[in-house]
Amino acid sequence: MKQFLSFVKKEFYHIFRDRRTILILLVMPVIQIILFGFAITTEVKDTPIAVLNPVKDDASRQIVERLAASEYFTLVSEANRVEDIEKALQKGEIKLAVVFYPDNILHTGEAAVQIIVDATDPNQANIFANYATNIISQWAIENQWNNSQLKIVPQIKMLYNPQMKGAYNFVPGVMGLILMLICAMMTSVSIVREKEMGTMETLLVSPVKPIYIILAKITPYFVLSIVNLTTILLLSVFVLGVPVAGNLWLLILLSLIFILSTLSIGLFISNVVSTQVAAMLISGMALMMPTMLLSGIIYPIESMPEILQWLSCILPVRWYIAAVRALMIQGVDFIFVVKEFAILTGMALVLLGVSLKRFNVRLNN
Amino acid sequence: MFEALAVNNISITYGKLQALKDVCFKVEKGELFGLIGPDGAGKTSLFRILTSLLIPNNGTATVDGLDVVRDYRQIRNRVGYMPGRFSLYQDLTVEENLNFFATVFGTTVKENYYLIKDIYRQIEPFKTRRAGKLSGGMKQKLALSCALIHKPTVLFLDEPTTGVDPVSRKEFWGMLKKLKEQGITILVSTPYMDEAALCDRVALIQKGEILKIDTPKQISESFPHKLYSIHSDDNYNLLLQLRKNPTVYSAYSFGDTLHVVFNEELTADNTQYKEIQPTIEDCFMDLLKK
Repeated sequence: MKQFLSFVKKEFYHIFRDRRTILILLVMPVIQIILFGFAITTEVKDTPIAVLNPVKDDASRQIVERLAASEYFTLVSEANRVEDIEKALQKGEIKLAVVFYPDNILHTGEAAVQIIVDATDPNQANIFANYATNIISQWAIENQWNNSQLKIVPQIKMLYNPQMKGAYNFVPGVMGLILMLICAMMTSVSIVREKEMGTMETLLVSPVKPIYIILAKITPYFVLSIVNLTTILLLSVFVLGVPVAGNLWLLILLSLIFILSTLSIGLFISNVVSTQVAAMLISGMALMMPTMLLSGIIYPIESMPEILQWLSCILPVRWYIAAVRALMIQGVDFIFVVKEFAILTGMALVLLGVSLKRFNVRLNN
Repeated sequence: MFEALAVNNISITYGKLQALKDVCFKVEKGELFGLIGPDGAGKTSLFRILTSLLIPNNGTATVDGLDVVRDYRQIRNRVGYMPGRFSLYQDLTVEENLNFFATVFGTTVKENYYLIKDIYRQIEPFKTRRAGKLSGGMKQKLALSCALIHKPTVLFLDEPTTGVDPVSRKEFWGMLKKLKEQGITILVSTPYMDEAALCDRVALIQKGEILKIDTPKQISESFPHKLYSIHSDDNYNLLLQLRKNPTVYSAYSFGDTLHVVFNEELTADNTQYKEIQPTIEDCFMDLLKK
């Protein structure tokens, strides 16, 4: 036990004496969560728009006011001609334009409103158009202006994330990403560093059991991961305004299982490579890339080709992110995430077992 | 009673390269045994096999009567190993390194301080300095202290004086003599021939094979020729000329002189040649020639 504690102490010395390690471990997660939460977002906010309104009656004016007042759009110009709108779109001054056609809405009972969108980014264009349509139909419903004939207007309700905040999507993803990075990359690098510096040789020719070496190596990163988990959760609740809808303790338990599985991945990497650069590359390329692309952080898993969907199943982070979404955002009961819990626990045990077994008590020939 | 070390027909290959070929030798308890040979002779491989870090392809070896493959756990309890490269934590201070290794070996610095006192006292003024910031000689002293802190029965020192200044080298060998008095068996390797004379017995090793094992004195005495030394202002050209001369058996540059062996007796008028006592290096060169 004394051996073990002195080992852990030594490990903390390594971490706290290397400024870069500290930066990666404690500062980067905070920056990442804030970046993902605020800056990198698909939310529509203050999109510049223009209107062309030759009608200038009460109805069209009210609609324009609503558009301008919404937090999604900012009215930058009132155009007089269609050409002006085209020019503004080309210059990039506006992303969307609303054009009213001169049929008096209130008198004829008919109206033509055109929404013109810059569709350079098709996904965003869709979102802009939807928001604008919503605002206009909302006005129509409220003013019951379809009194003559019955119209069915679909009412869309956004569940769990009524304001469609991007942070709701990103927080679980970033949690998975950061924990993966810290556990897998930092653990593998710190073990491989001992190999590279030759200190592993000295350690092996000592009475310390290999299991203690491994446990002592992962303990500090386990502790730091918990620190990070806490920071991320605090930041997302109090800064990004993403609440923890479900059971907090379940979420923490889930995260601990996930941390264990990624620590084992780190151990496994350190078994197979012998230089720090290789460890970085493997955890960077072979772990981070699939994590970013296949785990549903950026692209929804459901819309991937089937083969990639299968591939994503072998990533622990995919199950973790899915379960965090369910627990944190949807606030479901344990029964709905049993599958994810079981899969993650299984993965953690298998990975840990394999890497402990593969740990070399000698030098590689 | 076992020998401290017994090596029987040890061979090891890395891919196609045979690093050790049927190596056999024994080291008695309390002996200071030197492995002398150039870089790449297989010294480090032998050390790693004896410290249970590598498994030989062939042959057996025991340390304190324990098999290096089967009983590796027990061996790791009792040997001290100082790898050729500085293998302590550079970002830990002198004191932290020593304390760490003491705890790892289940002991305390206090308990065995008497053993390392002479060595550690010299670096103690720098005990709060990071190990990476020490000079070469001080690093070696710290590494030796760390390898000794658990009072090993056998001490393995792989090229402990490589990259160390001459004064520190001399000091280092002085310390080894003192450790020997404590009854610790020491296996030390070095590429410096002049250090061979300081060992009880030496093994000359080259390309994975042991050429000769004996006391330094007997190795020097076994030199089968008369050895002469000569000095000139242009040693290089002289060397080339001598090597072309059919009466010359061998000629090597040795510091600022040349060591020459002739095939026939020198006539009395060759006064520029002085007969000298052969050193281990001369023997080594002679063995390589065969």
